[in-house]
Amino acid sequence: MSASDEPRHRQLGLADDELERIRATLTRDPRPAELAMYAAMWSEHCSYKSSKLHLKTLPTEGDAVLVGPGQDAGAVDVGDGMAVVFKMESHSHPSAIEPYQGAATGVGGIVRDIVSMGARPVALLDPLMFGPLTEPRNRWLLEGVVAGIGGYGNCIGVPTVGGEIRFAEPHSANPTVDVMCVGLAEADALVTGTSLTPHVGSLMVLYGATTGRDGIGGVSVLASATLDEGDDARPSVQIGDPFAEKLLIEASLELISGGLLEGLQDLGGAGITCAVSESAVRAGMGARLDLDAVPLREQGMEAFEILTSESQERMLAIVHRSRLDEVRAVCERWGLQTAVIAELVEGDMVSVTHRGEVVAEVPATSLVDEAPVYDRPRAAPAAVPDPVDDPALLPYEGDLLDALEAILAAPNVASKRWVWQQYDSVVQGQTVTGSGSDAAIVRVPGSMKALALSTDGKGRFGALDPYLGAMHAVAEAARNVAVSGARPLAITNCLNFGNPERPLVMWQFAESIRGMRDACLALDTPVTGGNVSFYNESGDSAIWPTPVVGMLGLLDDHRLGVPSGFPEAGLAVYLLGETFPELGGSEFAETVLGVVAGRPPELDLDRERALHALLIEAASMDAIASAHDCGDGGLAIALVESAIEGGHGFAVTVATDLPDHVALFSESASRAVVGVALEHEGGFVDLAASHGVPATRLGETGGPRVVFAGSFETTVAYLREIHEAAIPSLLGEAV
Amino acid sequence: MTIATPRVGVITFPGSLDDRDALRAVETMGGEGVDLWHADHDLRGVDAVVLPGGFSYGDYLRCGAIAGHAPILDEVRSFADRGGPVLGICNGFQILCEAGLLPGALIRNASLRFICVDVFLRVETSQTTITSELVPGEVVEIPVKHGEGQYVATTEQLRRIEDEGLVVFRYADARGEVTERANPNGSLDNIAGVRSTAGNVVGLMPHPEHAVDPDVGPTGGQPLIASLLASALAGASA
Repeated sequence: MSASDEPRHRQLGLADDELERIRATLTRDPRPAELAMYAAMWSEHCSYKSSKLHLKTLPTEGDAVLVGPGQDAGAVDVGDGMAVVFKMESHSHPSAIEPYQGAATGVGGIVRDIVSMGARPVALLDPLMFGPLTEPRNRWLLEGVVAGIGGYGNCIGVPTVGGEIRFAEPHSANPTVDVMCVGLAEADALVTGTSLTPHVGSLMVLYGATTGRDGIGGVSVLASATLDEGDDARPSVQIGDPFAEKLLIEASLELISGGLLEGLQDLGGAGITCAVSESAVRAGMGARLDLDAVPLREQGMEAFEILTSESQERMLAIVHRSRLDEVRAVCERWGLQTAVIAELVEGDMVSVTHRGEVVAEVPATSLVDEAPVYDRPRAAPAAVPDPVDDPALLPYEGDLLDALEAILAAPNVASKRWVWQQYDSVVQGQTVTGSGSDAAIVRVPGSMKALALSTDGKGRFGALDPYLGAMHAVAEAARNVAVSGARPLAITNCLNFGNPERPLVMWQFAESIRGMRDACLALDTPVTGGNVSFYNESGDSAIWPTPVVGMLGLLDDHRLGVPSGFPEAGLAVYLLGETFPELGGSEFAETVLGVVAGRPPELDLDRERALHALLIEAASMDAIASAHDCGDGGLAIALVESAIEGGHGFAVTVATDLPDHVALFSESASRAVVGVALEHEGGFVDLAASHGVPATRLGETGGPRVVFAGSFETTVAYLREIHEAAIPSLLGEAV
Repeated sequence: MTIATPRVGVITFPGSLDDRDALRAVETMGGEGVDLWHADHDLRGVDAVVLPGGFSYGDYLRCGAIAGHAPILDEVRSFADRGGPVLGICNGFQILCEAGLLPGALIRNASLRFICVDVFLRVETSQTTITSELVPGEVVEIPVKHGEGQYVATTEQLRRIEDEGLVVFRYADARGEVTERANPNGSLDNIAGVRSTAGNVVGLMPHPEHAVDPDVGPTGGQPLIASLLASALAGASA
């Protein structure tokens, strides 16, 4: 059946029973514009209809949480009257079609979410996943996405300070493009659903860019369905204008600080429909919307197009009539167009007129709160992995230095300098540590405090065991913050999965949520919000289940932040935590053995928590000179990265009962490599013991060489060259 | 008696990004930062003017092309004619070139990509308002961050620029060697910054305002901002 034969509601992405539900609500057949509004608002992307039941199980409360899920972004109290507003979102579907604009508008969208809470955006992080760079299309996607993130982010004055980039075949057809934005606001000036009081008769002022035909069907068709080969969804991709965004940021913050608003909402998915209906619901009112008042980019747009256009760089302010002139003056000063498009009315109805005729009359709450909720069937995979497949059990006869070099050059591990040098990481002047470290460190202006930020996804672990994969993602993100000396406070997430209508995918999702819940409870890092991205699949091939965690941590004194590299010679090198024979899902298994198999490492959340407590306390006492997470590639890679980053070599002896390759490359969790000044050594060892964290002295830093006594040795410079050259050479460039 | 504080104006164009950072750098180094607005015909009596980095008016035409015709540029031009210190950083440099206050032009980086990295600059002359406290041959470390920072000029212009010693900074390595490898954007003769003949107008692609605070980066911008403040003070008391 061709698309044009389909009934209209199905073309818009609504199921038959969803249409029945709309009929029951309205007690009549929906008009075309109404159908488009429901299709957008009840889309998976906007309504979370498949994920809601599961998301409800996540811990969302904590002492520091000011705003939890359900608003544009979460907010956390960081003391001194300041609030951190942060959220992560995906823009994977548009990026798969048009990588530059897809990624660029992803940045724009998340930045407006932060601004609409009244916060100034202060940092961006971009966790990305692509297929292997040996494929030309994947190189095109990577280059386009990176250029789009830079092209937009660099033009709006918000530093891009971190993120990660990983590669796996299942992400070839569907790259994963997530963006996290972090903002700062005075806690008592946050714009939340209840912080301002809208009045009946107050106006809805649309300001910023004009409304065009771009992005129509963005949420309902593009982000909430799988894309088949040859589908032409390009018109559903929005086009970004970072200059307009920069003006929008400044004007919006000026409107808020001037006390001129009764509400503020960004326009994202589902465009005007979403902004107007959500604003009305928050106000506990209805709205009268006049589409003829919307400034259009082109002539002859239909009502449904204006209602669901996802044209970028637009905001909707709720303004008391007495303040309209002042609001207009601020927007005008920033060169932004304003239009009064609606007013708040008593009741619950959103009524929409176009060319003088009523085209829609629907209860606002039915759009916003009454989307169907599905408990979709789940089914675990039939085959349980055979323990014999566990790579840890395979003997390895190869050369250890060869293995180290191969892992160091593996795209997951190799330096991503080629990427992050294309991002402005210094604007705003608060970036203590940018990309390339475990966590980014961004100062809070006007205080000694700093935010520690990390994003982590463990796709390979998740593919083997989604429960463990999600737990590891939370634990590693928290560890990355803790090694820098900061206390993990809360997370945002972006949950990237395949088609939820497939029971296997739904099982992966439920397991991931269970893992995230357990880890967040144990590590005391509530979930303040996030985003679900389903339908990341083409044909039968879904992406790996990839919940990405965005961790917010706090350093009380930025001067006590701990670098990841060895900063000097003569430090004692310690391994914190224990190494077990765990190569399942490891970088060694994939890169050296060529298999993604086995069981991911176990995660003991008590040990994990103890490690964090030790790292944070040691940092606060200035007792450690460096600390680096043992992640991909295990202990050997952690040591080498510390040497490359700090510019000092080391000599260590890794003495264990394990086979050498297991001791060096096992990815056992809850471990870190630290450098300790000799005069602090005794105290540090006692401190580790008091936290119950095993601390093993491996050797000392110093000199240009990397020495694994009894195994192999080489130089820092040689390994750095391998680490740095890998990505550019895959992209066909010299370093 | 109070010690005079030089007042340094920083112009905000729509799309300026480093304007707050420039104001903060001025204040960190002991000056008074003064907000200036692109649409005003008013320099508010400042002793020096900074055109900051960013993407003025979106830079959708040519970088700095529209800002070069902003109302406040009339004031900047007459201020410069009177010998007032004018510093253009990154987009500000592009604007000064577009406005004809400095020779040459900035085009897309040779790599065709945006680059954000700390670079070393060799000081070529102390005869400017931002290098008066430095000596030629000194090396300072400062970040660059731009997509269109490749300095170009006609053969004729370049000869004049070199002959008259109008080059203020060249991209170099840490020891001050001017090498191709040290050139982040393909600029002619590794030129990172130039001056007007009188030396009171200077433009450079690197960001000295992002190199004054040791907690967040290198400190090679300190002597530049200090020189600017000294020049501003000299002008104010003259």
